[in-house]
Amino acid sequence: MTVRELVDTLNLCIVSEGDLCRNINGCYIGDLLSWVMSNAQSDNVWLTIMSNINIVAVATLTDVSCIILCENVSPDEECLKKAQLQEINILKTDMSTYDLAVKLGAVL
Amino acid sequence: MDNNTLNIRYEVVAKDFSRAGEASSALKKVLRKLNISPDIIRKVSIPMYEAEINMVIHANGGYIDVDITPETIHVVLTDNGPGIADLELAMQEGYSTATDNVRELGFGAGMGLPNIKKYSDDMKITTQLGKGTTVEIFVNIPA
Repeated sequence: MTVRELVDTLNLCIVSEGDLCRNINGCYIGDLLSWVMSNAQSDNVWLTIMSNINIVAVATLTDVSCIILCENVSPDEECLKKAQLQEINILKTDMSTYDLAVKLGAVL
Repeated sequence: MDNNTLNIRYEVVAKDFSRAGEASSALKKVLRKLNISPDIIRKVSIPMYEAEINMVIHANGGYIDVDITPETIHVVLTDNGPGIADLELAMQEGYSTATDNVRELGFGAGMGLPNIKKYSDDMKITTQLGKGTTVEIFVNIPA
């Protein structure tokens, strides 16, 4: 499944658009950046409520296919700017992290 | 300089979280261009990011020198920060001296130094209170 297909399937909102054709392979959930750095795998979807600029560097280094901000969290302006510059996919949803994870589990 | 060695220097600015991780991201791009395998890039990127973040949070910034040969990637992070009082304690998972405002950004999990050790092939820390810390990360490139 691609990021674009996931957006359409789960009705997610695109807040920063990179390569939406990237494939998705699995999911990692976490807000502590060292844990995410250590455990998120390339092509994972990363679910978090962290929305500051540092998530962009972590997404770049872990090579996740997209970040999904849950619980209706929005990235701050600095984060959004950097994500757009680095072409990192950031999506958002008003679903809780759990609800989104359950839905992801059904479609991935 | 050996013809087979590529040397790169990055500067890390203290307390500037908007640029934290830029050196690690830049090196990742270089390693990709050199056709280094994703597994090896990961082994370098995770420790280097952790050490870079430590420099931003705890030290007064500093320099990162990277030497790349066909066999190894050697990253040396040098700062003039406060030094590490108890290195054994700092190496324990979960131990952190990060302040609350740093933790709110998602840091301070106490996994920085343990992650460096876990992912690199070898690490070396030299630290002196009031003088600074040098973290060396070694990653081998299999033939």
